[in-house]
Amino acid sequence: MLKIDNLHVALEDGTEILKGIDLEVGVGEVHAIMGPNGAGKSTLSKVLMGHEDYLVTAGSVLMDGEDTAEWAIEERAHKGIFVGFQYPIEVPGVNNADFLRLALNAKRKAGGEDELSKDEFAPILDAALKSAEAPGAWTDRDLNHGFSGGEKKRNEILQMFVLQPKLAVLDETDSGLDVDALRAVARGINSFRGAGRTVVLITHYQRLLDLVEPDKVHILADGKIVRSGDKSLASRLEAEGYDGVLAHG
Amino acid sequence: MPDTDDDTIEQLNQEAYKYGFTTAVDAVTLGRGLNEDVVRAISATRHEPEFLLQFRLRAYEIFLKMPEPDWAALNYPGIDYQDIQYYSAPKTAGERKEPTYDSLDEIDPEILRTFEKLGIPLEEQKALSGVAVDAVFDSVSVATTHQQKLFDAGVIFCSFSEALEQFPHLIERWLGSVVPTADNYFAALNSAVFSDGSFVYIPPHVRCPLELSTYFRINNTDSGQFERTLIIADVGSHVSYLEGCTAPQAKRTQLHAAVVELVALDDAEIKYSTVQNWYAGDKETGEGGVYNFVTKRGACRGKRSKISWTQVEAGSSITWKYPSCVLLGDDSVGEFYSVALTNGRMQADTGTKMIHIGKNTSSTIISKGISCDKSKNVYRGMVTIHPKAENARNYTVCDSMLVGKECSAHTYPYIDVRVNSAQLEHEATTSRMSEEQLLYLRSRGLEEEDAIAAVVNGYAKDVLEVLPLEFAAEAQKLLALKLEHSVG
Repeated sequence: MLKIDNLHVALEDGTEILKGIDLEVGVGEVHAIMGPNGAGKSTLSKVLMGHEDYLVTAGSVLMDGEDTAEWAIEERAHKGIFVGFQYPIEVPGVNNADFLRLALNAKRKAGGEDELSKDEFAPILDAALKSAEAPGAWTDRDLNHGFSGGEKKRNEILQMFVLQPKLAVLDETDSGLDVDALRAVARGINSFRGAGRTVVLITHYQRLLDLVEPDKVHILADGKIVRSGDKSLASRLEAEGYDGVLAHG
Repeated sequence: MPDTDDDTIEQLNQEAYKYGFTTAVDAVTLGRGLNEDVVRAISATRHEPEFLLQFRLRAYEIFLKMPEPDWAALNYPGIDYQDIQYYSAPKTAGERKEPTYDSLDEIDPEILRTFEKLGIPLEEQKALSGVAVDAVFDSVSVATTHQQKLFDAGVIFCSFSEALEQFPHLIERWLGSVVPTADNYFAALNSAVFSDGSFVYIPPHVRCPLELSTYFRINNTDSGQFERTLIIADVGSHVSYLEGCTAPQAKRTQLHAAVVELVALDDAEIKYSTVQNWYAGDKETGEGGVYNFVTKRGACRGKRSKISWTQVEAGSSITWKYPSCVLLGDDSVGEFYSVALTNGRMQADTGTKMIHIGKNTSSTIISKGISCDKSKNVYRGMVTIHPKAENARNYTVCDSMLVGKECSAHTYPYIDVRVNSAQLEHEATTSRMSEEQLLYLRSRGLEEEDAIAAVVNGYAKDVLEVLPLEFAAEAQKLLALKLEHSVG
């Protein structure tokens, strides 16, 4: 599904942030990426999204065997990559429901499918609201505008359910959530995963991984994946900290 | 002679300004230059009554004595008023000299095709349903659609020339009653040389059954356009009016100096919307384009009357325009909603005046400026509360969005309050079009242009949503189109 091979990424000023990442995620798997602040986790999500400020200087990212290097940001969305942002952006004046339909139609159009009318889109939106456990009133609000930090994260999950990507990269979606919201998000991810979709979870905390059991856990430090293991790696991190785990090998 | 075959028009359609074509029609003009004889000739050509000739001559005298205003934050080479044609009318099919049309058959088919290209079909069977259109080509109104339906409702909607013939007393009564001839330099010029325009009268207690619309087209690239619009909403009546404007792409600048006067009597309501897309000049050099010096003012003379201006200003190399409300009647309401987009080398100095005279009058100003490229976008607004305007209220929101690093946005709010019970609120923000917003929307699959359109239309939503429905979508597309080449 997702195959990252020796990925090196630098900023325009030459600062190298990712220094040779190797990662392979199979279809329907959930992988967690953990790591100390500044390790390059968010950079990895930006690169997967196709952010133009991050330059791939070596290596490759393959999706279903296809090289993604030349894919523009919107093209990645059309091909089924979804990145849930750590800090979702507010867009005042753009209605949430209208935006969701616009986004889905952009994807459908790129895939040669007919665009959906408001009426045709309504049942899709209803189903997504249900899966994301999002209040129906959100559809009347503007995109993330005036949403609390936690609501913004959950709005990302709503978008994920509308767009039905093949791969969801969720960048610290769990941070800033209260217990109830965290559980709702976890139920959402589990049901998404149950439908055979692939998930990469970027997180600081084990608490999400208690609710969404990962197939694999990776530790990203200083631009490289330094450890990979099963979910017990996350428990060890919680107990020993990064320094402890990395020191013991 | 400009070429107008389909291919040429198609080609021009591909360019940034898709209304930049000219139509080859024979025109009756008075030649270049301005003097008393020209003013008299305009009046004579149009067979005007004596009172109007006198009105023009007084205006011309005043014009000669006034200096051209220089207080606006606009930078342009002086206008050579002797190098402009003050009158240009297409000849009728029957080679008649006076430019009135009794039926569409008499109109040069090229003109009908022009309006059709602009999306304004004039033939009754093709005409936009729900909207009556008065089409003005250079100095002359060529056709008004849906006449019968309006006539049945008692609504008068016709060209200024026709109104002068049929309802001279109404013209004499109201012309210049809101914008006095001496109001400003360009109003004086207009009063001296104006040619055609639209006239609307809504009788008491009538809700106009259609949207009324005037479509202005400057075709002759050497001529100015000086139209005059007069709308009177009698007691308890209601009307929604929209004007649209385009001009050919020309290297010469074209002067447009219009005057619009609105009068609302007791309990009457006038909603006046503008989508202005005159040619804005060359994007790189600033050469050419329309100089848009327009005076628009509404008088809420009656109690509880309401006048609402909505404008989407997306064209003209120079815009100098302050649609205003004089709130005379107690409890009257004035509104101004504006989106002004400047790109290339455009300069806009636009805003409003709200003059509160009656008690309990209230006004709302929502202004959204968008500046791109090397353009300059100025909001200039004045709120005046007279001593007798007890409990007057004003709410102003004035936002500016900058796209790129070489443009500028300026805000000049003037407030003059002479009564203690007045309440005023003013909010202003300046922001940059956020790269993060565009990236975010693109990451969800929106193409860049669609992402830009979403951000800008979201920003301008408070204004776009008060436009009549038929035109809101058009305005959204226009903004998106203008921005496409200015972002990224």
